[in-house]
Amino acid sequence: MKASLKSLDYSVLQQCMHCGMCLPACPTYDATKKERHSPRGRISLMRAVADDELKLTPAFADEMSYCLGCLACQTACPAGVDYSNLLETARAEVAASGLNRTVSSRFWRAVTIRGLFMNPRLLRVAGRLLRLYQRLGLQTAFRRIGLTRLLPADLRRLEPQCPTVSPKFSHELIRPVELPAKKQHRVALLTGCVQDLTFSDVNRDTADVLLANGCEVVTPPVQPCCGSLHAHNGEPGPARTLARRMIDLFPPSQFDTIITNAGGCGNHLRHYGQLLADDPAYAARAKEWDAKVKDVHEWLLEKGCVAPRAGLGDLTVTYHDSCHLTHGQKVTRQPRDLLRLIPGLRLVELPEANWCCGSAGIYNITQPEQSEQLLVRKVGHVISTGATVLATANPGCHLQIERGLRQAGSPVTLLQPVTLLARAYRKERSAESMTA
Amino acid sequence: MGAADPTFVDALRATVGAPHVLTSPEDTLPYGFDGTAALKGPVGAVVLPGSTEEVAAVMRLAHGRGVPVVTRGSGTGLSGGSVPSPGSLVLCLVRMDQVLAVDAPNLTVRVQAGAITAAVDAAANEHGLFYPPDPGSMKISTIGGNVAENSGGLRGLKYGVTRDYVMGLEVVLPDGRVARFGNACVKDVAGYSMKDLFIGSEGTLGIITEVLLRLLPRPAARRTMLATYATMEEAAQTVSDIIAARIIPCTLEFLDRTTVGCVEDYAKIGLPRDCEALLLMETDGHPAAVAEEAGRMAEIARARGAREVRTAADEAEAARLATARRSAFSALARVRPTTILEDVTVPRDRLAEMVGYIAEVAKKRRLRVGTFGHMGDGNLHPTFLTDERDADEMARVHEALEDIVTKTLAVGGTITGEHGVGLAKKAWLRRQVGEGSHDLMRELKRAWDPRGLLNPGKIFD
Repeated sequence: MKASLKSLDYSVLQQCMHCGMCLPACPTYDATKKERHSPRGRISLMRAVADDELKLTPAFADEMSYCLGCLACQTACPAGVDYSNLLETARAEVAASGLNRTVSSRFWRAVTIRGLFMNPRLLRVAGRLLRLYQRLGLQTAFRRIGLTRLLPADLRRLEPQCPTVSPKFSHELIRPVELPAKKQHRVALLTGCVQDLTFSDVNRDTADVLLANGCEVVTPPVQPCCGSLHAHNGEPGPARTLARRMIDLFPPSQFDTIITNAGGCGNHLRHYGQLLADDPAYAARAKEWDAKVKDVHEWLLEKGCVAPRAGLGDLTVTYHDSCHLTHGQKVTRQPRDLLRLIPGLRLVELPEANWCCGSAGIYNITQPEQSEQLLVRKVGHVISTGATVLATANPGCHLQIERGLRQAGSPVTLLQPVTLLARAYRKERSAESMTA
Repeated sequence: MGAADPTFVDALRATVGAPHVLTSPEDTLPYGFDGTAALKGPVGAVVLPGSTEEVAAVMRLAHGRGVPVVTRGSGTGLSGGSVPSPGSLVLCLVRMDQVLAVDAPNLTVRVQAGAITAAVDAAANEHGLFYPPDPGSMKISTIGGNVAENSGGLRGLKYGVTRDYVMGLEVVLPDGRVARFGNACVKDVAGYSMKDLFIGSEGTLGIITEVLLRLLPRPAARRTMLATYATMEEAAQTVSDIIAARIIPCTLEFLDRTTVGCVEDYAKIGLPRDCEALLLMETDGHPAAVAEEAGRMAEIARARGAREVRTAADEAEAARLATARRSAFSALARVRPTTILEDVTVPRDRLAEMVGYIAEVAKKRRLRVGTFGHMGDGNLHPTFLTDERDADEMARVHEALEDIVTKTLAVGGTITGEHGVGLAKKAWLRRQVGEGSHDLMRELKRAWDPRGLLNPGKIFD
């Protein structure tokens, strides 16, 4: 990844032949019908910056921030434009220029991106404190007496969106090395940041599914953030540091596969090669790393996932595609096929299943209005299916849609596909031990 | 006066509301081009009106102040028709995107000009009806743009082009008057057929704001087949034989080897990369007729040397194949930075000869070309894969285009089958239509739009 649009190989910008095939796939163009808010419009602005026809302006910065980064345009683009690379480069240039950032957002950026998400232990401490605040009933009390009004505006808006922190984190649920009954593969399990703090049970479920499929599962208790948050938000320096730490912690040659279960992380994790291309010490290993990283659903199907013999009763499930799993990693069929392996489970297709839910990393923080519109649209579709469970495979989407469903008073349960699969395996085992 | 003049901009804002007038460079730069390679122009201002009345009011303002106006829909045109001329006002109709009413008993649909082509067919489909024209960009192209360019598509052979479906138009004239032409009657010979003048007028005579379209009953069955060949001649001969056998399929599309490779890189649907020509054939209509025709078409294809004839298993696979074909032009952009698309069309019996000639020219001029198109109606899309920054190569591209145009006209063809003249082909229009016809077109334009305000510099100077 380059630091400025000008230093980017011009052919990347030129790859866009502005045919307009991306327009119907773009949620922000759909919302506004303005070219500037479309992928080809944004690329034309980036090209104008690279050609010195346009200066880096606050309006340019706003536009780069208004993009969801959902990458639906990459799926739609017949010409194969690397939009993700273009957007990250443009955002890095904006971030480096210091444009369009208030003092308070710079402060929160420093706390989160440069602070918490650079240090997994610190992040867990923050998670514990948050959990304490939630467990002691302080959240409810503060909200009732209006104390949350004392928070800075940014935090006040976010406070109701704050996810409930898990009682235990991944390292308290998963041992560093777990062995299956019959070992066929040796895999590393990446536990993520948000997934670790709020859905550590999904990480446990992932480990269980991998064990059931003959994997020795290696899960180091302390893992760095993968750096996707940084790369997506114009901080390539910290993103590179984190990528190096990941490669050091999980030497790719020691594993058959490196498994990720979060769509948003996965797409970034598969591009370390590009990120570290100019680093002679890591470039080769980063390439090897990219080849080893697999999304859990993709990998299971590739190896021929063991079908559970027990089901979870009569269950109607629908599936929401996380943007970076479907548009970034092109994993669309596999999670659905995994769900269909569960006896008795009926899968119904969600209308606009691959349309962004508005979570989009920190988009729900930076662009709350647009995010909310997308959420309402998504929730409407989920309810229209009549399913009782919505499955999705990314913690960001999970939190966002769950909040939307609760706001709408819907009882639909949110689960990740590996959780459903893990539960079916557990059901099978308990049924077998009963008969034994 | 230019569109960026502050008093003019204020007047526009007062007319359509400030959010619908764009003037900053970040807002207007993305309206400087359409889907045509290597063409762009400076935008004065952009206005997005929400109704015919607003379009008329904007046109009255522009007429009063002498501001040129370039009309635009989704900007997917392929001849530079909506590339702004210097200082012009870009009038973008995408907000006027409503399908107003499907009139099932009369087999018509009334739509606003900014309605998306695919949305029109989807609305017809709800009534068991069908809007056949399907240009490659149908998922985002607007009906107004389709009418202004008289767009074709993959079904031209059997179903014709946009012109064959336009029954009525509402048009804002250069001075801001609103005129309506045509109606829902199948027969209507009252006065000149004015609507026909506007179809294919490329935004130079008026601004189309509403369209009344003819619909057909939706075909009950459809079958899609894929045939692969070791030579282009065999594919072309298959097409000739199918037509000679008195079969009119709805689609007979071909892709050459380069195009197949690019499309497969994008769509990943298992197209054979090692064939010289691929024929996409589709027949639709009564199930019994479809079954019989499909059988005979497959027979003819095999008799003409097809290595393989594959039938799409279901609707979904058929749709995947058609979508892949529609992506051909954009997919070719994978190879080189600049993709120059041509649209020459020849009488059907000269098609094989023309395809061979294009390959010869590419070789002679040392250029890479991918060719695809509508074999059933003689409409070819030779696409030069080049780099606009390489002046020497671009000069050779222009020489090659000159060769192809000369040959096309020599065999009785046309410089453009479905993309329009716009900026990209205006150098050759006089050669094709002759002096008398060319002068008459210009006189008509002058009589209609004496101040030359609507899309100046397009079709002719």
